[in-house]
Amino acid sequence: MPHDHHDHLSPSGHPYRPDGDRPLTYWQQMEIAIRELLIEKGVTTAAEINAQINAMDARSPANGAAVVARAWTDPAFRADLLADASAASRAMGYDIGPMRLIAVENTADVHNVIVCTLCSCYPRNLLGLPPDWYKSRAYRSRTVKEPRNVLAEFGVTLPDRTTVRVHDSTADMRYIVIPARPGGTDGWSAGDLAPLVTRDSMIGTGLAKRPAV
Amino acid sequence: MTSRQFMRVRADMPPGHVRTPAYLRGKCGWVERTLGPFPNPEELAYGHHGHPLPLLRIRFTMAELWGSAAEHPDDTLDAEIYAHWLEKVDAPHAP
Repeated sequence: MPHDHHDHLSPSGHPYRPDGDRPLTYWQQMEIAIRELLIEKGVTTAAEINAQINAMDARSPANGAAVVARAWTDPAFRADLLADASAASRAMGYDIGPMRLIAVENTADVHNVIVCTLCSCYPRNLLGLPPDWYKSRAYRSRTVKEPRNVLAEFGVTLPDRTTVRVHDSTADMRYIVIPARPGGTDGWSAGDLAPLVTRDSMIGTGLAKRPAV
Repeated sequence: MTSRQFMRVRADMPPGHVRTPAYLRGKCGWVERTLGPFPNPEELAYGHHGHPLPLLRIRFTMAELWGSAAEHPDDTLDAEIYAHWLEKVDAPHAP
């Protein structure tokens, strides 16, 4: 109801969000202080910091989708990806830095889903920044205990015969799910398939999209 | 499945920075694969040299983790656990 007049709604119909004119928190001050000291002491430069921020912002789930689509169409690459996902991603030309990646594959019998209960470890160097819900306490605590309920809330209802494998990203490795290739895509090229690979399908909270009929 | 190497996660609750989730301590699983060595994060966290340690992916059944509260007992959970948190065991279940 975009034209109703409520004080808490903007003209576009969305709630106003407070401006957050609060003083800096302790940790925000600490981040600024350390960053300024690193620049002042010549350890890094403002330009290098900006370049890193830009590089991270340029990463997106489209990178992962291209990797998955190639794995669907190139059996040798799929084998390489399952053996060493970091090396395979680099070989495709993605600069993933020092990230150590494991690819886990969904099949007719197995569905994989990724979580980090300790913090919010995510394969940022390939997929970009994680969705907010991935960092939420609810997702992190519930996925290890009731993954099927969590998946159902994402619209993924799995039969009893499917084994759910939860991967808690507790240490040095990061994870990407290779979702099952949707039916009705025989003969499709990797370029045609990549748009079917969603971010959530690579976390395991979604499935790859079905081709439009 | 006789080739499975079962491991129990130490049930200790030490203070400080630890990357072994509390819900896995005292639980038994089997080695899914061995990774590393990686520097010990419990030393790195305090600015010390991190001694290299094997990192093992341990696979637990949901039945082992949550008992009768498990949503689906045969589903599994894999987690990366540093070698010094693990002890070899024969039996697949915690006592």
